[in-house]
Amino acid sequence: MITGHTVRTHEGSTLKMCSLALFPPPLPRGQTTLCEANNEMLPGTDTQARLKHDSSALSLYFPRESLKLHSRTEISSKAAFLDHSETLWMRSATAWRDGGFTGLLNEITNSHTEVPKWLTVSSGCILALLRWVSSFHGSLYPHLTLSSEDMIAEFSQVLNCATTPTLKHRLQRSVAAVQWKPLCASALAVACQSCLLVWHVDPCSLSTRPSSGCAQVLSHPGHSPVISIAWSPSGSLLVSASPVDTAMMVWDVAAESCVPLQRVGGGGVTFLSWSPDGSHVLASTPSALFRVWETRMWTCERWPCVKGRCQSGCWSPDGSRLLFTVQGETVIYALTFTDAPAGVPTSTSKGPQAAAVVADLSETTFNTPDGDIIVGGEIQSLAWDPRGERLAVHLKGDSQAADRPAVIAVFKTRTNPVFELLPCGFVQGEPGAEPRLMQFHPNFQHGALLTVCWSTGRITHVPFYFLSAGFPRFGLSSSPPLPCLQERPADFASHSLFTELIY
Amino acid sequence: MHVARYGKQRKIVRRKERRGYLLLPFFPPDMFSTKQSCWFIRKVVCWRAAASNAWAVLLLLPITAVFVILSRFSLLHPIQTISECTSLLTSTSAIFSFILLCGVILMVGFLNLEYYTVIPTVACSKIALLGQLLHPRQFVNSLVHCIMGIIMAWCCAVTIGGRYETLSYHCTQSDGSPQMCLNEYHLILLLAGAFVGLSHSLLGVIYNMNYVSFHTVKQYKYLCFKGSLLLVVKCSATQALYSVRNYIVVYFFLGYIPRTWMCKTLNLHLSSSVHPLDSITGLLDLSLLYHLWISAAFLLFTWYITLLLFRIFVTEVYSFPVQSSFPEDAHHCLPKVLADKQPMILKFLALQDLALLSQHSPSRRCEVFSLSQPGGHPHNWNAISKECLSLLTDLTQRLVAHHDTVATNGRAKSLSFGSERKTSSETSVTSGAEDLMSPRPTLLMKTPTSVFTRSIAEGSQSMLTSPFTPDLDSPFASPGLRHLIAPIDQGSPWYGTVQSPHVMRRAPKLWSTSTDSQINGSPLPSSASVPSPKKEPSKPSLLAQFLQNRKEQLPEASSQALFADSQAHIWALEGLSYLVQASFSEDQFGVVQTTLPSILSCMLVLQEAVDRHFKLPHASSKPVRSTSGMGDSTYKTLRFALRATLKTAIYRITTTFGDHLNAVQMSAEHRKRLQQFLEYKE
Repeated sequence: MITGHTVRTHEGSTLKMCSLALFPPPLPRGQTTLCEANNEMLPGTDTQARLKHDSSALSLYFPRESLKLHSRTEISSKAAFLDHSETLWMRSATAWRDGGFTGLLNEITNSHTEVPKWLTVSSGCILALLRWVSSFHGSLYPHLTLSSEDMIAEFSQVLNCATTPTLKHRLQRSVAAVQWKPLCASALAVACQSCLLVWHVDPCSLSTRPSSGCAQVLSHPGHSPVISIAWSPSGSLLVSASPVDTAMMVWDVAAESCVPLQRVGGGGVTFLSWSPDGSHVLASTPSALFRVWETRMWTCERWPCVKGRCQSGCWSPDGSRLLFTVQGETVIYALTFTDAPAGVPTSTSKGPQAAAVVADLSETTFNTPDGDIIVGGEIQSLAWDPRGERLAVHLKGDSQAADRPAVIAVFKTRTNPVFELLPCGFVQGEPGAEPRLMQFHPNFQHGALLTVCWSTGRITHVPFYFLSAGFPRFGLSSSPPLPCLQERPADFASHSLFTELIY
Repeated sequence: MHVARYGKQRKIVRRKERRGYLLLPFFPPDMFSTKQSCWFIRKVVCWRAAASNAWAVLLLLPITAVFVILSRFSLLHPIQTISECTSLLTSTSAIFSFILLCGVILMVGFLNLEYYTVIPTVACSKIALLGQLLHPRQFVNSLVHCIMGIIMAWCCAVTIGGRYETLSYHCTQSDGSPQMCLNEYHLILLLAGAFVGLSHSLLGVIYNMNYVSFHTVKQYKYLCFKGSLLLVVKCSATQALYSVRNYIVVYFFLGYIPRTWMCKTLNLHLSSSVHPLDSITGLLDLSLLYHLWISAAFLLFTWYITLLLFRIFVTEVYSFPVQSSFPEDAHHCLPKVLADKQPMILKFLALQDLALLSQHSPSRRCEVFSLSQPGGHPHNWNAISKECLSLLTDLTQRLVAHHDTVATNGRAKSLSFGSERKTSSETSVTSGAEDLMSPRPTLLMKTPTSVFTRSIAEGSQSMLTSPFTPDLDSPFASPGLRHLIAPIDQGSPWYGTVQSPHVMRRAPKLWSTSTDSQINGSPLPSSASVPSPKKEPSKPSLLAQFLQNRKEQLPEASSQALFADSQAHIWALEGLSYLVQASFSEDQFGVVQTTLPSILSCMLVLQEAVDRHFKLPHASSKPVRSTSGMGDSTYKTLRFALRATLKTAIYRITTTFGDHLNAVQMSAEHRKRLQQFLEYKE
């Protein structure tokens, strides 16, 4: 049944599968999750009242419409001002500059009154031929027919978010991903529509709006729109991916040079994730295929999926285990990588033969006092905390239906004696708020700290207090002192760590 | 002083590194004076070069086949073309020319091995570049490339056949008598080969084509080659286009010289019925142009492929043992090899291996942290850390010396001249530039360079004072250029007046300082009003003026030169920081603890020096990205890479050790600096 590297459901394996039915029921309406302590998710109710109290914070709230960027494209505004008395040559030159070869052909075909007939006809024929070829290409890889905005909306890990105009750059349009450089306080990589920007912002600088001179522009022909980026954990390399480019770029940012890693199958790269120990990179494609790159010699393993493309993935802290989800399925798969014998420089790490299902997140109905709530379904993204003890799963839900909210399901993860996921609880926001982005704090002392960005523009920090059961980490406190759990949950709100930051 | 020694060492190293391995009659004899060479060169580098050459020769066969098909292809008779090509490829003349081509490829491979360098030569000014081009070594290189170009062009001519095939043919004179005539088509192809070979050799100097860089992204050789193949095709096609364009222009004006010379020496005649080719109608022959271009592209492509293969093979990771149980192998071990100054490639590969082992290989790290069996000394760690630290200290001192030179000149500028010409040694030491400044105000200033250009010029051109002078094969090193310099020295007004050795040492800097006399903003008196108590300003010779105009600085070149070998420092930083990070959990005996203070202080001092350097103008300006070309321009951005690596290295240590660093002994200033790193404020 298990053939090659095919992802299959691994029935009857030693791994225990966790499902949502084992979860404690979600909180009643109007309550938000504050934190986890003593193995329970503690709710909080009076957030609205507290917000009224902190009126100064409330004034910072921007409706998302006001943040919406000027979205009119260059071409549309130019049409209003175009001087139609321009000569054909001028127009052709402009079309060549703006639209490339196809633009030029379009221009020639459209201005049939001025050019000889054979030229119009032949350019029309070439244009038709080009369209036919590209449609053929597009039928192989349907995502290529999308416009770049649609492509970002389709493949980005973020659902429909607005950007803040703190860092402004001429080329910074349609930002799909941002990431801070590790082991550096000042470099921020931004994936834009046409290029990759690396901002160097002095953390001690007093200026609130760094000039565009602080940004390094990294671009490679054919590599746009950039949709996903990942820094190597050692901070030396940056990989970037574009759904229309079959090559994944490995950038040496300081030298502004890149090495394209070309693999044809899949038709592009949509999602990248670098394992925390730096040994592997997950690269998923728009087709039902993803690759796992090994970063010493940059070789890759192909993993064809049965159903859809790999939607999201995350790595365990030691880089030995990869959890991923496939579009159209409601399960979480796990892959285990065992490291090669150390000291042999050229050997690649030996990968597993098949992926195993570790959690089933199919729709489950919970009976709550407010009525039935259906939780589960498709998974948008995954996040694993740096200690490898909590796994946050963003369930997409259905924004139209009130009884199918988008929630974050949190699992406890255990690696010994067998790898398994145990239910922990749901993280819910205010009524109507959907999670957009989530990330774990890289260096939280007392357990794990999940930061969630909600659709209302609010950012909350949800701490999970637990004693680390795993191996001692480099962090200084091997046994984190538990905060005083005798306190009533409401008192946690006054603690500076999990104040709600209004945005 | 220490800094000065460094420069000399490097020079020695480079000379030894280039010692010849095959005897060639046209190489200078001093290259073969000492025959002993390092084990690494003998056992590793030579074999790698041989392997790359073997691959290049193997690849020559398909490349030649493609060239034959492309050069003889006719759109109307495709099948006939293919049958012709197959019969041609199996003919004896084709086999003979193929053997010739193999010989040329082997020669190119040998030249690659002979001329490669891991530290690029950065010319700080146009005159230095000219010096490099005129250097005897380079002259030999160009000559060999010319000859090889002619040989390859001859092979091309034979392969293309038709009107190109022979140098002479039978023709009838106007009076009807038969005689031998010169076939100009053959000649133009041969000369094109020579021209392309020459331009390849000269462009190699300008674009540093002999520089071998180490990539941060390691790939298997085959994948690396496959990835670069398209680039090589593009490069050779465009470069061939440019070369052929230039060649046609040259041939149009000067083509009659080789033609008449050929006719005279070989006693050939020019056919009156055939048009001479150095006319517009003769050169506007599309088929001729196509054949010239495809031959040039073929030639460049084979050479580039050889170069590419050489680079890929020679930069391959080599794994050195950390320690050996046999004493006779001790000099092959990493700690010993790192300390070697001898072949630079060995040091670089050793540092690369150190950086890799510190990141990826726990078992080898364990050997580094281990204690010696009798005695219990951490010899491995001590040797490795000492070598890395000395590398970093060297760089720090270089940077400080550079900055000091700049700062000195900046101060000298503000003084009013004439006032401090006391000929005291102190003046001449601190402001040697100032001494030179006043007497020569009449010189024309070409470019409106800033004050700082002058400063940079100062730092980089006085090759004896500043050891980081990039031009190791500089014009001043070659005797020919020394003659050019000498008259200026004597003609200059201060010649013989200032006896201070410091000033004398700075002789080559003369031009740069004098060029700056106008820029620094001080009101420039006319030559008559100069309060020069000792002499009249003498008029510089025309040659001097010409040279001086060529002397204008290439921007940021001195910065590039300063960091030319920084790949070594980058690896040292990575290796040290990863080892220190790993020592937090892996170092059982605490051997790293003893050197942690010195590592930290060394890094912090370097960080300070680098920060200061980047405040200089041009230092932080990004180089223009070269779009294409076989020249590797990695060295232009090494300083940025070093800065980023340094910061990351310090952060790596601070995030690993955290507050434990407070227990490490260090000066208050360094502690303050480190605290900023701990708080993520750098």
